[in-house]
Amino acid sequence: MVLKNIYDVVVIGSGPGGLAAAVAAKKEGAEDVLVIERDMELGGILIQCIHNGFGVEIFKEDLPGPSYAQRFIKEVFSLGVEILLDTMVLDITPQRKIYASNKRLGFVEIEARSIVLAMGCRERSRPQIRIPGTRPVGVYTAGTAQRWVNVEGYMPGNRVVILGSGDIGMIMARRLTFEGAKVERVLEVMPYLTGLTRNYVQCLLDFDIQLQLRHTVKRVLGNNCVEAVEAVQVDEKWNPVPGSEEIIPCDTLLLSVGLIPENELSRKAGVKLDPITSGPYVDDNFQTNVPGIFAAGNVVHVYDLVDWVTEAGFQAGKCAAKYAIVTHRKESNYVPLIAGDNVRYIVPQKLDKRNLEENEIRLQMRVTQPIEQPVWIEVHDKENLVARKAERYVRPGEMVTVVLKQKNYKDVEKAENLTINIAPR
Amino acid sequence: MLEKYDFIIIGGGVVGSMIARWLSRYEASVLLIEKEADICMGASSANTAIVHAGYDPLPGSLKARMNIVGNPMWDQLSGELSFPFERRGDYVVAVGEEELPGLDTLMEQGKVNGVPGMKMLSKAEVLAREKNINPDVSGALWASTGGICDPFAVTIAAAENAVMNGVKVLLNTSFEDFIMEGTRIVGIKTNRGDFGCRWVINSAGMYSDEIMHKAGIRPEFVIKPRRGEYFVFDRADLTIDNVLFPVPSLKGKGILVTTTLHGNTIIGPNSVFGEEKEDRSTTHEGLEEIWQGAKNLVPCLNQKHIIAMFVGLRPYGNGPCKSPGIDYQHDYIIEIPTEVQGFVNLGGIESPGLTSSPAIAQEVVDLLKDAGEKLKEKKEWDPVRRARPRFRDMSHKERKLLIEKDPRYGRVICRCENVTEGEIAAEIHAPIPATTYDALKRRTWLGTGRCQGGFDMPRVVKIIADELGVSPLEVTKKGQGSNFLLRPTKQVGA
Repeated sequence: MVLKNIYDVVVIGSGPGGLAAAVAAKKEGAEDVLVIERDMELGGILIQCIHNGFGVEIFKEDLPGPSYAQRFIKEVFSLGVEILLDTMVLDITPQRKIYASNKRLGFVEIEARSIVLAMGCRERSRPQIRIPGTRPVGVYTAGTAQRWVNVEGYMPGNRVVILGSGDIGMIMARRLTFEGAKVERVLEVMPYLTGLTRNYVQCLLDFDIQLQLRHTVKRVLGNNCVEAVEAVQVDEKWNPVPGSEEIIPCDTLLLSVGLIPENELSRKAGVKLDPITSGPYVDDNFQTNVPGIFAAGNVVHVYDLVDWVTEAGFQAGKCAAKYAIVTHRKESNYVPLIAGDNVRYIVPQKLDKRNLEENEIRLQMRVTQPIEQPVWIEVHDKENLVARKAERYVRPGEMVTVVLKQKNYKDVEKAENLTINIAPR
Repeated sequence: MLEKYDFIIIGGGVVGSMIARWLSRYEASVLLIEKEADICMGASSANTAIVHAGYDPLPGSLKARMNIVGNPMWDQLSGELSFPFERRGDYVVAVGEEELPGLDTLMEQGKVNGVPGMKMLSKAEVLAREKNINPDVSGALWASTGGICDPFAVTIAAAENAVMNGVKVLLNTSFEDFIMEGTRIVGIKTNRGDFGCRWVINSAGMYSDEIMHKAGIRPEFVIKPRRGEYFVFDRADLTIDNVLFPVPSLKGKGILVTTTLHGNTIIGPNSVFGEEKEDRSTTHEGLEEIWQGAKNLVPCLNQKHIIAMFVGLRPYGNGPCKSPGIDYQHDYIIEIPTEVQGFVNLGGIESPGLTSSPAIAQEVVDLLKDAGEKLKEKKEWDPVRRARPRFRDMSHKERKLLIEKDPRYGRVICRCENVTEGEIAAEIHAPIPATTYDALKRRTWLGTGRCQGGFDMPRVVKIIADELGVSPLEVTKKGQGSNFLLRPTKQVGA
């Protein structure tokens, strides 16, 4: 594939938010839309969410994650959205330049008239919740384990304790049970469930997996691999209740302890973040504080249903397309002025051709070499002569002025650029 | 036939690796054995990464001499071995008037030790240099020769340079016993067979006491693991660019706030004696202690920005100081004992061990020469080891060129630290191959960022498996018994 230098809309991330944004942008009339995805295939985290529960709101159907993604993937392809897979975006500037790299195209620089940030979120990890103990293999975030089991096809362990009653944690409890592992316990530090009730019923209750509220992991044991965790009850102030400690032998500890919108790229682009959501401040069009940079889905705040992520993606994609179209229109009114034969520079460097409808435009320049005889100063649109002016001579020390008049509008309107040449008559 | 070497070095920490590199200069065969799956897995791997100026060790101690000789060696060393090192200077910060006399004591001690470039700073000067510092600061001692390094990079670079110059390194190889002929050491027994040698060098860190006891030396010498806990912060949220010590107490240099060369603020360590030499578990109490200690220097620290925590174990020994008239029982041991022959004995090399490591290596060479060892310089010795490309530190233009040369550098595997497949593959096939996840982590810093490997881990495991031609089931985090994966899916009841 050959990349264009400039796209109307570039979407970073191809999860539900990104795919919806790309579809909506194309439908809104954006011509060139590019989706950049760091993984090998489209769909983001949906690819590893092989359980059902997706699409109930939007499609009135109960779909597994990959099927839900597939509906949008088909649409993205049929609409002619361009796709870059296995590509990591490294930097975005406030001027909407995107730097990315992959194996096939190398290090690339792409300009965008508008950008939709759809990087999703990452999982909170062990140090962030300060679980003391050893650092053996076998402590994973639920999402990493989900990737291993559902995408790579490997089991991380046989006896599992899950900390956190978030949705991914409960879904993994059921998934690992299907694969023959024993889920010893789900521990939740809060006095209530933090995920959806339907997941509690379908993933824990139906499989007799014990949930302990107001419990947490006090420490991890085992040097090379996890050998056990010590669970403990906590009081209202989250302090461990002495005497409630219990050693649970296990080989795996999964953490489902919260998600954080992933905004490292947003920060580089100068996007301001809300300290409460950890996502960008956005307006009702999902535009951030940086003009032309939009954000959609879990990168803004953490959603509970994928359907709402898709909706947000639609809205952000549509608004990003509108922004890009207006920007494109402005750009196409500009005509660059090119210094041709014996012209050192011209001010202005470009002109807005619409101004010529009602006003004249004064072009000022200096020459490179003196010509001590009568000359033509000619304004060309390729082969076509737009205007010319006679002078008796030109010298580098003396500024030369040419004025474009309203009558030139007809010619200038058609021009992609204008070249000025100075030569003897 | 027994494999025979002139020198066998026990332990691939920074000291063992420096000695290997120093000995690689001479016409001699050298073997370094390391019990773990990688070098730099013990005390060298978990510390503050500071190259100390030298005002802290007791004047007259071997610690002080090694620190003072070692510190100025770092500029040339980092140039030759191309590892990152920055002489940023360091501060000892007094909070409240009552801590000020402590600075004078250190200043005096530093002068006696011969530390150059020390200066007292007023409260206003300190506040101007570090905006995040506790506003109750009363002054600071500034030492311009303090520096920071990446201890993994240093150890690996030294060991690689040794390998380039002919030293053999055997990983997963643990010492079991000496082979003696009378009182002369003629070889060692290991879990991977016996090796003959003329000299054994004990740089076994935490286990140096057990090794010397096997040689019949210093039965009274014991190493106690002194634990220190640490927190690492996300560099996007907090940047302390300075090395800030508190005024030291009886327990050591205290809980400091410093920075890694990668820009992450790091706090710790506390100082608690542990029971076991392998117990690297953090504790609730310990983490709270370093938190409170660090907050006293920099009150704006926020728990939300913590991305990693770990424990370092210092090999705290009871070696007596040899200088007459000094009663100090925790000095370094660097000696060629007379009770046995063919043994260079090191022990109790804790802080400032990293700083001292090149000086210790030189000291070992000098001791060997004094003992009559004719060390003849190799003509072909190459002191230069070049660093491999690091995508993250490159400009856009350099990245473009690198990927053109090898497309694998275009595939970013660790999103937080921007580590590429090309770098990972290069480390797997390096002179000291990185074959575990943690070995790659130490070399490339993959998985050390804010997501702590959540994204890269399955991908890295796959790359290791592919490069080594093994199943992902065989890939480990840090060597035997730490496999990531247990079995393939869809094998219930199979």
